[in-house]
Amino acid sequence: MKVAPFHYHAPASKQEALDLLAHYEPEDARILAGGQSLIPMMAFRLARPGHLIDINRIPGLHGIDLRGDAIYIGAIARHAAFEKPIEPGPTGRLLADVAAAIGHAPIRSRGTFCGSLANADPASEWCMTATALGARMRIEKSGALRELEASEFFFGIMTTALEADEMLTGLTLPRLPADARHGFYETSRRAGDFALGAALAIYRLQDGRMQDARIVLAGAEPHPRRLADAEACLNGEVPSDAAFRAAAEAAANAIDPLTDGQVDAGLRCDIARAVCHRALLRSLA
Amino acid sequence: MSAAGMNAGGSKAGSLIGKSMPRLEDKALLRGTARFIDDINLPGMLHVAFLRSGFAHARIERIDCAAARALPGVHAVLTLDDLKPLLTTPYLVVALPSPHFKLDLHRPALADGEVRHVGEPIAAVVADSRYIAEDALALIEVDYDPLPAVADCRAALQPGADLSHADQPHNLVAELRTEFGDIEQAFAKAAHISRADLWVHRGGGHSMECRGDVAIYDDVQDHLTLYSSTQAPHAAMQQLAKILGRPETGLRVITPDVGGGFGPKLIFYPEDVVVSCAALLLKRPVKWVEDRRENFIATTQERDQYWSMEIAVDDQARILGLRGEMLHDHGAYTARGLNVAYGSAHTVVMPYEVPAYDLNIKLAVTNKVPVTPVRGAGQPQGAFAMERLLDVVAQEMGLDRAEVRRRNLVRAEDMPRSKPIVTRGGIDVVLDSGDLPAAQADVLRAADWDGFKARQRAALAEGRYIGLGLANFVEATGRGPFEPATVRVDITGRISVMTGAAAMGQSTKSMLAQLVADQLGVSMQQIEAITGDTARIALGIGGFNSRQTVMAGSSAHLAAKAIREKMIKIVGHRFNAVEEELAVADGRVFVANDPERGMSFGEIAQAVAGLPGYVLPPGVSAGLEATEYFTQDAMAYTNGAAVAEVEVDVETGDVRVHRLILSHDCGQQINPMIVDGQLMGGIAHGLGNALFERMGFDDQAQPVTTNYGEYLLVGAGEMPEVSLLHRSSPTPLNPLGLKGVGEAGVIPTPAAIASAIEDALSPFGVRICQAPIAPQEILSLIEAARQNADANPAPLAAGMR
Amino acid sequence: MSETRSISLTVNGRAVAADVEVRLTLADFLRQNLRLTGTHLGCEHGVCGACTILLDGRSARSCLMLAVQANGHAITTVEGLAPNAEQMHPLQIAFQEQHALQCGFCTPGMLTTLTELLRDNPDPSAAQVREAISGNLCRCTGYNSIVDATLQAAKKLREGVPG
Repeated sequence: MKVAPFHYHAPASKQEALDLLAHYEPEDARILAGGQSLIPMMAFRLARPGHLIDINRIPGLHGIDLRGDAIYIGAIARHAAFEKPIEPGPTGRLLADVAAAIGHAPIRSRGTFCGSLANADPASEWCMTATALGARMRIEKSGALRELEASEFFFGIMTTALEADEMLTGLTLPRLPADARHGFYETSRRAGDFALGAALAIYRLQDGRMQDARIVLAGAEPHPRRLADAEACLNGEVPSDAAFRAAAEAAANAIDPLTDGQVDAGLRCDIARAVCHRALLRSLA
Repeated sequence: MSAAGMNAGGSKAGSLIGKSMPRLEDKALLRGTARFIDDINLPGMLHVAFLRSGFAHARIERIDCAAARALPGVHAVLTLDDLKPLLTTPYLVVALPSPHFKLDLHRPALADGEVRHVGEPIAAVVADSRYIAEDALALIEVDYDPLPAVADCRAALQPGADLSHADQPHNLVAELRTEFGDIEQAFAKAAHISRADLWVHRGGGHSMECRGDVAIYDDVQDHLTLYSSTQAPHAAMQQLAKILGRPETGLRVITPDVGGGFGPKLIFYPEDVVVSCAALLLKRPVKWVEDRRENFIATTQERDQYWSMEIAVDDQARILGLRGEMLHDHGAYTARGLNVAYGSAHTVVMPYEVPAYDLNIKLAVTNKVPVTPVRGAGQPQGAFAMERLLDVVAQEMGLDRAEVRRRNLVRAEDMPRSKPIVTRGGIDVVLDSGDLPAAQADVLRAADWDGFKARQRAALAEGRYIGLGLANFVEATGRGPFEPATVRVDITGRISVMTGAAAMGQSTKSMLAQLVADQLGVSMQQIEAITGDTARIALGIGGFNSRQTVMAGSSAHLAAKAIREKMIKIVGHRFNAVEEELAVADGRVFVANDPERGMSFGEIAQAVAGLPGYVLPPGVSAGLEATEYFTQDAMAYTNGAAVAEVEVDVETGDVRVHRLILSHDCGQQINPMIVDGQLMGGIAHGLGNALFERMGFDDQAQPVTTNYGEYLLVGAGEMPEVSLLHRSSPTPLNPLGLKGVGEAGVIPTPAAIASAIEDALSPFGVRICQAPIAPQEILSLIEAARQNADANPAPLAAGMR
Repeated sequence: MSETRSISLTVNGRAVAADVEVRLTLADFLRQNLRLTGTHLGCEHGVCGACTILLDGRSARSCLMLAVQANGHAITTVEGLAPNAEQMHPLQIAFQEQHALQCGFCTPGMLTTLTELLRDNPDPSAAQVREAISGNLCRCTGYNSIVDATLQAAKKLREGVPG
């Protein structure tokens, strides 16, 4: 399981990386960020990129910028950076809750937030989180920049809006208001495994009633999306097990379930219902 | 030194037996200085990668290696034709003999024109590095003519089934029957008959280190050395001698440090032959280390069996007879024999009094990786079959599951208990010692079996589904006939113990050192234990079947005892003292009340090493070395019982094992710490077999779980709290009363967990008939039970206990 | 054909410079070029954890990094954990005392991973130890002895007892 030959580039700037990507894109150039998904694919020789553009040495891509209204996350910000709340507000707590569920410590020390989004595994916790928080993706290529909402970014199983000559150089996460509450729940076969199903529920509690509810699942569908039917079960309601169960039922009914050898459609819906309900229960904790 | 406080025997032999001692192996392993197969690096070494079949069954029309051979850095690309000049036969003829074989299915060293499972080696590239060798694999062109693949052992035996081997008449490799007693009468007079159809699925050994070989050819001496991560170096050497037509003196097989065996490494593999041939052909050291992808498709696996069983009991639930059919997936070739199926058949009836038994076993050839023992070797399946049946009996008769077992367990006062069966080697099966009812009582007490019902009810009131499950087991250990050991003291006083037994992580060196140190009154650290080297001892059988401690341990004990006695004799003669006056301690033998009068071990060795023209001490043979071939034909039967406590999440189908209690009896323990370690590893493996490990194949026999994201091994987060309880019923079969322990943990665990899941789900009335059982299957069972209840509105099935 | 780069890094406190093929993994570099064979390859796809090393003090899979990526970084392998040839690290001592290793193949990855844990969390709970090693597969021990050994070592380290 040794990787096939490739050409290696370690650009010192984002511009240089984008230029290399533009130049070598016809020869299957790939961005190497954390490498926790790409390198195994190369070891199995399921991926044989002609060029690897290693962005780990580019200053300025590692950062998490908390100064603006929205949180900026650079392309090389690693999962581990979120293990402790990056800010005292509800967004920092939410990110820390989710980060703890990602893989194992040695994976979190290398893997990156943006790499997870670009890889777009249906079970990715960060794809779910970015969708729930309304992340704005910063997509660059040599000489051009475009921004996409998370809802426009994910296309399907491991498929995104990124073109071969584009790089996700960062993203912004709008901060949650101070009265936001969240609940996150994940189930997997074993500790640290990819999620069989995970749910992130967020709502604001105003005068004792839920508003601006957001519900997103991971592992349930080809890519994450807001589940409006489920959210509608919460808005205007007082938090209660009945409301949570109604939302969970709506979520289970709304999904187009992913199936594989271990999980059929029925089980996937059962899991979706359970994780959604439990995430909502955790929002009360 | 002083003899103060020392009894006349000095260090008393036997004082180290049964003590938890730190292991000799640990320091190198902890510091990263151990030498595993892949750690062997030699000047000029070349590296091998194998081209393997991507088809489960295909004819090979053409292999074109020209482009691969032309790649810079490639030294050779070998197919079977290239090997044939070196081989007496292209086939690995390794089957343990049996009159029941209907087909000879020997594996070729490389594909012989037809490939019969995904992963079968077709060609080998030898190159400057593994990276280049793998590059070259992509340049080999193979024209395949795909043939229908047999993916399922049930389909294999249907009339008109596709053939797993195009040149064989059918897919039935063997059929055997285990029968005794009057089975017809047993069922005729039964008060109750219960039935179960069961399935135990395929998994692997999954040692963390894969397999590997390093072959070194010395053309000055015309001698081939093969370092191999094998559990059976002497067997590998004998196989090489046969297939290469070389004398055993021209061969040496050495097992370096091995990162876990668990069964599959006891097999002699095609790669062992190919790597040896590559070294002979290229006259350079050659290394091949199996990678994990290869391990999933080329290393042998186990456990696929389908059981259809009936049990007849009287009105007191006493067993009258058992009968049924078992279908065993043999895989694509005979890489070992019929032993796994034998093990399964016997395990069923071992713990209990079974007056009549009739099990017909069919072994079907499929286009899947060959099946050979994996930790447990058929015994987990046998235990699963019997324990599941007994739960059905309990449920159907409204009896407590433990009570049904208690009424049927072999009683302590009936030991030794002869069983009317013989091993695959024709040796009578006799339960040699043990108290099975007491072992069961141990785990019931520790689990608070009787108090659990209340806990279960309380949990259910909170919407939590918890359950307890029970399984008994007997493990056949110490497979004979022998495993020799040599103990030697050299003229510097250094002590070594050498054996054909192979160490693969189960503390064999420490075990041997502890036994020798016990006799010679020195610390374990003063003993060098040399395992798995065919140049150090003429014969050996190897490490499997929980046999190393029983067989090699007994030999080492006897050899060390002989050395002790010889030293006492020599020193007694020199100082005119009788044995009772002498002490053995601190590397000396001396007169206990006059320690100055004595000799160091080195001086004693010198005294019998021979000086030209001088006589040996009277009545003493030359050399301070003893070799013992302790021989034990009958097997020593370890026994025990397990209780598992689980919680089932009925919304997600998730099962968590909260607690596992195992009582066991392996006779005299040598190092209790190591015994516990063996049990714990077996339990973890059994937990995997119960819930996680599933080697999947599609309907064309393509493996679909070939990485550790898809094939789930138990991790630290899945392990429950475990309590180990010990009994000791020494076997009369060997001098120290030793029984094996390597596989005990894995045997009852899947059965106990299945029983516990069934108990947890008793409000629904589901039955667990397979291992592993995944969340999807649990939810399906619950759903089916709910629909059944809706269709037949009767009271929900009562709890089984 | 094979592209190479010059790299310099620190391995177990020692400066190392080498020319490496760009496709060489860090694990293969450590094992083959530096002959630090204590770092083991159990799966080469980042799941088993046997190859875990410390990269600037953080645990990382050396099979999922290229050697060139280690340029300028500090690597600690299992060979670098013991203070000297005579003494072992408290974790190593506790592993021996608790029989937390059998074949020892997974042990280097366990030790590096747990070194990081005990540095960041000197007083972990058993559950935290389990979480820390949840990405390290062991087929021999059933893990519980590893948890016990880690708690023992943590206690010794807190008390400042060498070993």
